[in-house]
Amino acid sequence: MASVAAFYLLAAVVLAAAAGVVFKRNLVHSALLLAVTFIGVAGLYILLAADFLAAVQLLVYNGAVAVIVVIGVMLTQKGDMKNSNPPNRMGRGLLVVVVLLAAGMLAAVLTTKWPVVAQPPPGETAGAIAGLLLGEFAIAFEAAAVLLLAAMIGAIILARGGENRGSHRT
Amino acid sequence: MRPLVEEMIGGPAWLADLAMIAVQIGAIFAVIMASAIVLVYAERKVSAFMQMRIGPNRVGPWGILQTTADMLKLLSKEDIVPRAAERRVWALAPVLLFVPAVAAYAVLPLDAGLVFADLNIGIFYFVAISSQATLPFLMAGWASNNKYALLGGMRTVAQMISYEIPLVFSLLGVVMLTGSMKMSDIVGAQRDFWFILIQPAAFLVYVIAATAETNRTPFDLVEAESEIIAGPFTEYSGMRWSLFFLAEYANLVAVSAIAATVFLGGWQGPWLPGWLWFTAKVVMMIYVFMWFRWTFPRIRVDQLMSFGWKGLLPLALVNVVVTGIGIYIAQQWRG
Repeated sequence: MASVAAFYLLAAVVLAAAAGVVFKRNLVHSALLLAVTFIGVAGLYILLAADFLAAVQLLVYNGAVAVIVVIGVMLTQKGDMKNSNPPNRMGRGLLVVVVLLAAGMLAAVLTTKWPVVAQPPPGETAGAIAGLLLGEFAIAFEAAAVLLLAAMIGAIILARGGENRGSHRT
Repeated sequence: MRPLVEEMIGGPAWLADLAMIAVQIGAIFAVIMASAIVLVYAERKVSAFMQMRIGPNRVGPWGILQTTADMLKLLSKEDIVPRAAERRVWALAPVLLFVPAVAAYAVLPLDAGLVFADLNIGIFYFVAISSQATLPFLMAGWASNNKYALLGGMRTVAQMISYEIPLVFSLLGVVMLTGSMKMSDIVGAQRDFWFILIQPAAFLVYVIAATAETNRTPFDLVEAESEIIAGPFTEYSGMRWSLFFLAEYANLVAVSAIAATVFLGGWQGPWLPGWLWFTAKVVMMIYVFMWFRWTFPRIRVDQLMSFGWKGLLPLALVNVVVTGIGIYIAQQWRG
């Protein structure tokens, strides 16, 4: 009972924060609300007894991704931040897209037969995740590592710039 | 204590559970407040000792009531809100900074069986929670609408993200040895010898990275007074300012407690009761951190970055690899 109440509370927080990300006029506020969304999703993971995943969500998304997003927004600061996230004129068209998308997802959710297991969730999840990552999905795991390394090297080279373009340093 | 609470309340079991949780959270707050009061005084006295001064000696015997006087001063200060600040974000930042500082205490094992929540992912929970402190600093720096505050906020992010990685890797060595992230397992595995003996490099990396994570000298670039006034704290005064410092001292105690738990055997020790051992180890670690603060000069931003990425991180990685090889050899040895 308490977990159902907690689910609806968290879901409300996540949805409200996500709506705020879209509708807030100040881009920094949007970015900060994105962090609230991440925390709410971590809460949902805890409700699903996925404690390790929740901690990863907090560490990676809120400890790193949200921070990078906020910094990116701040560095592109305009004179007037009050109106840095203006709405565009595609509202009507977007409404159609959103309704179609929602209908499609709802249809998928309602028609899928969700398997239900009677056994309780495992108490210790980190070991199982590690077994899968380093066993069955080892190649994908390593490939992701190489991909991230390549992205990092690319970012460093981009940030360094060319030899003669160093006149404008920040 | 649980039966006592049940008797006092007399209601259904969940009510007693709720009361117990309230008591435990209250106890965590009490520990933080009490240690902050003691630590503010201790920091003044330790700094005086390091610099061959006397330190506070006017308020009460040996100046023991200095913190009380400080608190009265802070409480009675005017609450100044800068006109150009983003009011809501600005007011929220110190409160949000305090939340992870308190939440980290949930997994600290104070004695055998004396832990608020002995999570399966204990140590990882601590890492995840302490990483949440970055964003409030950034919020404070940005919302103050002050260039020094914003600079301080940026520095916080660079510093905390850079030093979080070696911190995590230094703890990883111990997790590999115990095969568990549960705090009680980590303490239990140190019954015969402390992990500092077989993980000295990890301990070194941890202590340095933890100093940076708590923004203390020589890593206090975030609030470097001589460069950027007080960084993100510049525009805060009175109680809002003291919340920042409460969080800093709470973090100091937390990282010291983690060092004591992971590397120094936690509450284990001969003769004396466990909580006393634990307190003694934590106090010793706090003294080491204070010692650092009054011994080393502040480093530069570029030194901070290159030291973190080129010095600490490789050392932590090598430690993980060596630990792995060591475990493999030990397994082969035993057959």
